[in-house]
Amino acid sequence: MTTKHHPHETGARLIRGATGDWEIVLGLEVHAQVSSKAKLFSGASTEFGAEPNAQVSFVDAAFPGMLPVINEYCVEQAVRTGIGLKAAINLRSVFDRKNYFYPDLPSGYQISQYKSPIVGEGAVTIDLPDGSTRTVGIERLHLEQDAGKSIHDMHPRYSYVDLNRSGVALMEIVTRPDMRSSEEAAAFIRKLRAILRYLGTCDGNMEEGSMRADVNVSVRRPGAALGTRCEIKNVNSIRFVQQAIEYEARRQVDLIEDGGKVEQETRLFDTKTGTTRTMRSKEEAHDYRYFPDPDLLPLELDAAYVEAIRESLPELPDEKKERFVAEYGLSAYDAGVLAAERETAAFFESVASGRDAKLAANWVTGDFFAALNKAGLDITASPVSAGQLGALIDLISDGTISGRIAKEVFEILFTSGGDPRAIVEERGLRQVTDTGAIEAAVEAIISANPDKVAEYREKPKLMGWFVGQVMKETGGKANPQAVNEILKRKLDG
Amino acid sequence: MSALTDLSLDEARKGLARKDFSARELTRACLDRIAAATPLNGFITVAAERALAMADAADARLSAGEGGLLEGVPLAVKDLFCTQGVLTTAGSHILDGFVPPYESTVTANLWRAGAVLLGKTNLDEFAMGSSNETSYYGPAVSPWRAAGSEERLVPGGSSGGSAVAVAARLAAGALGTDTGGSIRQPAALTGTVGLKPTYGRCSRWGIVAFASSLDQAGPMTRTVTDAALLLRAMAGHDPKDSTSVNRPVPDYVKALDGGLKGLKVGLPKEYRADGMSPEIEALWARGADWLRAQGAEVREVSLPRTRYALAAYYIIAPAEASSNLARYDGVRFGLRVPGRDPTEMYENTRGEGFGTEVKRRILIGTYALSAGYYDAYYARAQKVRTLIARDFEAAFETVDVLLTPTTPGPAFGIGAKTNDPLTMYLNDVFTVTVNLAGLPGISVPAGLDASGLPLGLQLIGKPFAEDELLRVAARLEEAAGFSARPQEWWTA
Repeated sequence: MTTKHHPHETGARLIRGATGDWEIVLGLEVHAQVSSKAKLFSGASTEFGAEPNAQVSFVDAAFPGMLPVINEYCVEQAVRTGIGLKAAINLRSVFDRKNYFYPDLPSGYQISQYKSPIVGEGAVTIDLPDGSTRTVGIERLHLEQDAGKSIHDMHPRYSYVDLNRSGVALMEIVTRPDMRSSEEAAAFIRKLRAILRYLGTCDGNMEEGSMRADVNVSVRRPGAALGTRCEIKNVNSIRFVQQAIEYEARRQVDLIEDGGKVEQETRLFDTKTGTTRTMRSKEEAHDYRYFPDPDLLPLELDAAYVEAIRESLPELPDEKKERFVAEYGLSAYDAGVLAAERETAAFFESVASGRDAKLAANWVTGDFFAALNKAGLDITASPVSAGQLGALIDLISDGTISGRIAKEVFEILFTSGGDPRAIVEERGLRQVTDTGAIEAAVEAIISANPDKVAEYREKPKLMGWFVGQVMKETGGKANPQAVNEILKRKLDG
Repeated sequence: MSALTDLSLDEARKGLARKDFSARELTRACLDRIAAATPLNGFITVAAERALAMADAADARLSAGEGGLLEGVPLAVKDLFCTQGVLTTAGSHILDGFVPPYESTVTANLWRAGAVLLGKTNLDEFAMGSSNETSYYGPAVSPWRAAGSEERLVPGGSSGGSAVAVAARLAAGALGTDTGGSIRQPAALTGTVGLKPTYGRCSRWGIVAFASSLDQAGPMTRTVTDAALLLRAMAGHDPKDSTSVNRPVPDYVKALDGGLKGLKVGLPKEYRADGMSPEIEALWARGADWLRAQGAEVREVSLPRTRYALAAYYIIAPAEASSNLARYDGVRFGLRVPGRDPTEMYENTRGEGFGTEVKRRILIGTYALSAGYYDAYYARAQKVRTLIARDFEAAFETVDVLLTPTTPGPAFGIGAKTNDPLTMYLNDVFTVTVNLAGLPGISVPAGLDASGLPLGLQLIGKPFAEDELLRVAARLEEAAGFSARPQEWWTA
C-alpha cells in the first residue's frame, strides 16, 4: 500500500495536447444532505417524495417575523462527519447570510457558514483501481440550508416553485485541489459516500439529490503553477462528474493551445450532450454580501460534547480495511473491496464469523458479487442471506460438498432460496467420500481403458483425464482429494 | 363613559377586577374614542368586532374569577406585530392584504394574560423613521399642539401610532418596538412612558424584522406602573427566538417600591452635545436634582465613543434591513406587481411596494455589505458597537443607572424634516447607543417646553435590570409630577 502525499509528482494521468502534456487539477465541493427527519432551522419534515410544497413551514417560506432555530441533531451530524473526515472540529462557528434573489429562495438569503465553519481541515484516503491509495485534503465542512426548486418549463408564462427542499440541512464538504484525474475524483466521491454512509450522516443517494458535487477544473503543464479554474455546478452522479471533467479539461487544453485563455466562470454540465457550457461569467458573479446572521447566536460547542460524539463513532472504512487484513489475513485489495460499503462489510463479517475468513472473502467477492451484479441487485436486496452463504461454506469446510457442487447449490439458493444442507440432501449432492464407491469407479475406469493406463506411464499428466472420468462417473460428487489419492495408488501401484 | 378611557392601565385592571365596569364597556369606550380620533391617524386597522368579542371573553373569565394579569384591558398594538387573522402591514404598501396565519409571541403572551386587542397602530414604514411620516398610510398626528398654533406635529416614530393611542387616551396602553429609539422618542414627544427592554428580554418571534440585532418590543403607557405591568406580561424566554434569553421574569410591579437612597446616577458628559438647547439642558439638570433630592448620588460619567454611535447605527441597522427585507418579493404574500420574468416582477414589486426611506436604507445597507466595502463599513461599525458596549460596562462599574434627555428637542411639524434625512436621524442621538449596547432604557415625561410641548428624560439601566430601572423611573415620575394632557382639538 502506498500513500502519495504529492500527487502531482507521481501517478497523475496526463492528457496529451498538440503542444505537449497537460495535467488536470481538480477540487470538489460536495453537497451532502444531512440525514435528519427535520430541516436545519425549522421543524418541517425532510422526507423525499412528498407532494410539492407539502413540507414547508412558515420559517421555510420566510413569512414576516419568522425566525430560524438551529436543529441540534444536524449539528451533531456535522460534527460526526467532521470527525469521520479526520478533521478539526471548531468549537465556535458562525452562521452567515448569503444574500441573493431567486424565486426558490424565499428569504432572499441562504443561511450558511462563511468565515467560521463548524469543521476545519481534514483528510480522506482514496482507493485507486490499481490498489494504491492517495490522500485528498479536506479544506472545510460547513452547514447550510438548501434552496427550493424552480421549474421553468411546466407552463408557458409561469415558473413553478417547490419549497419542500427549502431549508433542508446540507453539509458542504470542500476539498483541496488534490485530485489529478477523473478517476481520482470518482474514487474520492465513492470514498466520501462510504464514510458518510458508515457514519449515518448522509444516505449518499445521488439520484434523489442527497449528494451532488460542484467540480473545480483547471489544467496546467506538469509541475507549473495552477491554471485558471472553472466551476461546474451541481453534477449529480459519479459518471457525470467523470464525463464533465474529461470534457472540461479537454476544452481548456484546446482553448489554451489555440491561443485562448481560460476565463474563471461557473459552468453547467449538459447530461444529454456530455458537454459543459457557461452559466455565468466572473463579471456576472453574485456579490453575496455575507454577514453574520443576527437571528442566530454563534454556535458554541463544548469539548466534552465533541469527545462524546468521537467515542460513539463506528469503525470507518479505512480502519475496517486494516483490520480485515490484520485479523482475517485478507489481501489489501479484498479488504478494501469488502470494507468499501458498510453493508458489504457487515455481510462479510457475518459470513466469516467462526469460519475460514479467506474462503468467506472469496465467496463474497466472487460468486456472490457476480450474482448480485448480474441480477442488478444491491446487497441489501440480496436473495441470499449471510446465514445461508455461511451455511453453504460450512458444507464445503466439513467436506459435505465440493467447491464445484457449492457453486451449483449457490445458484439454487440465489434463484429459489432454501437451506443449503437441505438442498444438498434433497438433490443428492452430498460428496462421495466413501472410498469403496470411489475405488469401484476408479477400477472400472482403469479396466475399461488399458491404453490410457499405458499412456499414463509415459505421461503422468494424463492423471487429469482419469480424474475427469471418475468425477463424470460419480456425477461430480466424489471428493476430489480422495479420487486423486486412490487413482495415484492404483495407477502407480 | 369617556372617563373610563382616562383610567391608567393599572386603574382599569383594578376596576375590572372589582367589576366597577365591564371589559365590554371599557373596550366600547376606547373604540368610540378611536372612531372620534380619525384626524390623528393613529390606527391602520381597528379590530372593533374582534375587540368586543375578546372583551366578552374577558368578562366571562372575570365573572368566573379567572382573570389574568391584564384581564379585559384594551391595548393598541403597533402594526409591526403579526396578529393572527388581523391585517398586518408594517406601514408598507408591500404587505398589502397580508393577514398572518400566526400570532407573535409577545402579543400571544398579552392575550393569554387577558388583554384585548383594539387594533393595529400606525408606524413608519418597516419602523424606519423618527416621525411616523414614512408610513404608507400617511403620518400619524400628535394630539399635542404648541400653544397658540394649529400646526400639525409629529408624534415621533417609528411607534408613532402607539404613542398617539396612549397620549390621546384611545387605549389603556400600547405595544411598540424600538430599534434605535422608536419607543422612547415618540414617548418623549407625546408625554408618555416608553420602555425598551434589554435585548433578549422579549421574544422577537412574529414581529416584522427591521434590524434583528437591535429590535426589541416594549410597552408604551401613561404611567411607569403601567409599563411595569405590561412588561411583566410581555417578557419571557421563547424557544422560537434564539436571541431571547432564558431567565426568570421578575415581578416588575413589586419592584417599583423603594427609595433611591444610595443609588448612583451617572450623567454621560458626551451627551452634552454641541448645540443642545438650553431648555433640554435645564430639564436634564432638573431631573438630576429630583433624583439627588431623593437621596441618589449623581455624578458625571464618560461614554467616550458616543460620537460614533449614530454613524455605526446607520450602517448596522440598514445592513440588516437590506437582508431582512429581501423576502418581500411578491412571490408568496403581500403586493405583487407583475413582470415579464421573475427579476422584473421583483423590480416592479419592490419598486412600487417600498417607500423612499425604506429604499434609501436598503441601498445604504446593500452598499455597506458589498464586496470591498464590508470591512470599511459593516465590520468597522461592529467594532464601534463593541466599544460602545464597553463604554457602558465601564460606566456601570461606578453607577447604577444613567440619566439623559430622551430627545434633542420637542415634537416638530409634519414635513419639517422630511427633506433632510440627516437632521431626522439626529433625533435618535440619545437613544441609539442603548440599542447598540442591548441595554434597557425608559423615557419618562418630565415637563413641557416653553410652547407647552412635552419633553422626556431617559434612564438607562444595566442588562436585565428593568426592575431597578422601573423603580428609578417611578421616583422620577413622581418628582416630575407630569399631569399635562393634550387639548382635544381633534374631536369635532
